Amino acid sequence: MKVRVYVSLKPGVLDPQGRAVHHALEGLGFAGVADVRVGRFIEMDVADDTTDDALDEMCRKLLANMVIENYRIEKLEAA
Amino acid sequence: MAFRGAVITFPGSNCDRDMAVALEKVSGEKALRVWHGDADLPDRLDFIAIPGGFSYGDYLRCGAIASRSPVMRAVIEAAGRGVPVLGVCNGFQVLTESGLLPGALMRNAQLTFTCRTVPLTVENNQSLFTAGYDAGQTIAIPVAHHDGNFFADDETLDRIEGEGRVAFRYADEVNGSQRSVAGVLNETGTVLGMMPHPERAIEPELGGSDGRALFESAVRGLVTA
Repeated sequence: MKVRVYVSLKPGVLDPQGRAVHHALEGLGFAGVADVRVGRFIEMDVADDTTDDALDEMCRKLLANMVIENYRIEKLEAA
Repeated sequence: MAFRGAVITFPGSNCDRDMAVALEKVSGEKALRVWHGDADLPDRLDFIAIPGGFSYGDYLRCGAIASRSPVMRAVIEAAGRGVPVLGVCNGFQVLTESGLLPGALMRNAQLTFTCRTVPLTVENNQSLFTAGYDAGQTIAIPVAHHDGNFFADDETLDRIEGEGRVAFRYADEVNGSQRSVAGVLNETGTVLGMMPHPERAIEPELGGSDGRALFESAVRGLVTA
């Protein structure tokens, strides 16, 4: 089973990288970009019987730092 | 009994030798070197140091992989028994990632790697690590990091400040850290994490010796204890 994990900074956590990307977009002439936040996308191939709890634990124990980040898990059914 | 200090080395650590030299110069005893894959620490340790560097290439997040390595389980257990632990730079990142210290270290606000000697204010001189300084004293210690921007939520910042757990603050703007936090203690004052490198400031020949008192007070405190 393919699983996608999206890790993003919690609201309120300053994102210097997002700010720099925002600034660069404006420099390229793209108008109307209100905000940019940079996150992380992790794709995993896991055993089909992997439980939601196990996936949750992977995120909490390693993939995300719960002090500053949130995560969202998306499961893709086998093709 | 002779002082027994250990320095942990992860793949990508690069300040482990400097840390060992600092401990040896101050204690007169050889520092024990511990590899990250070791599940056990040497017996009867008085002091554990987690050095700077780029453990595991800073993959995922700085310190994230190292903090989950076998030896860190032993370090967390030892810290729980009250064995003093010092984490410098990447070592500080490992300690926050492991949960031994609050907060997180994020990319520097100015986005650049910053490598220079900076002034620090000693906020708390009542800990094992800082007893050799005066409260409010300004000391010069080198920093060399890309991800030293200390972040914690306001509630956590209020709590650690209220409990006297901010050991050092930057006296100048360095990296955007919340409330200029440069070094943090755990609840019992026996675990210290800091971004600046005291082990790089132990002799005038290195450009300064303001870091020496940190090791001296820790070693003295432990040997007379």
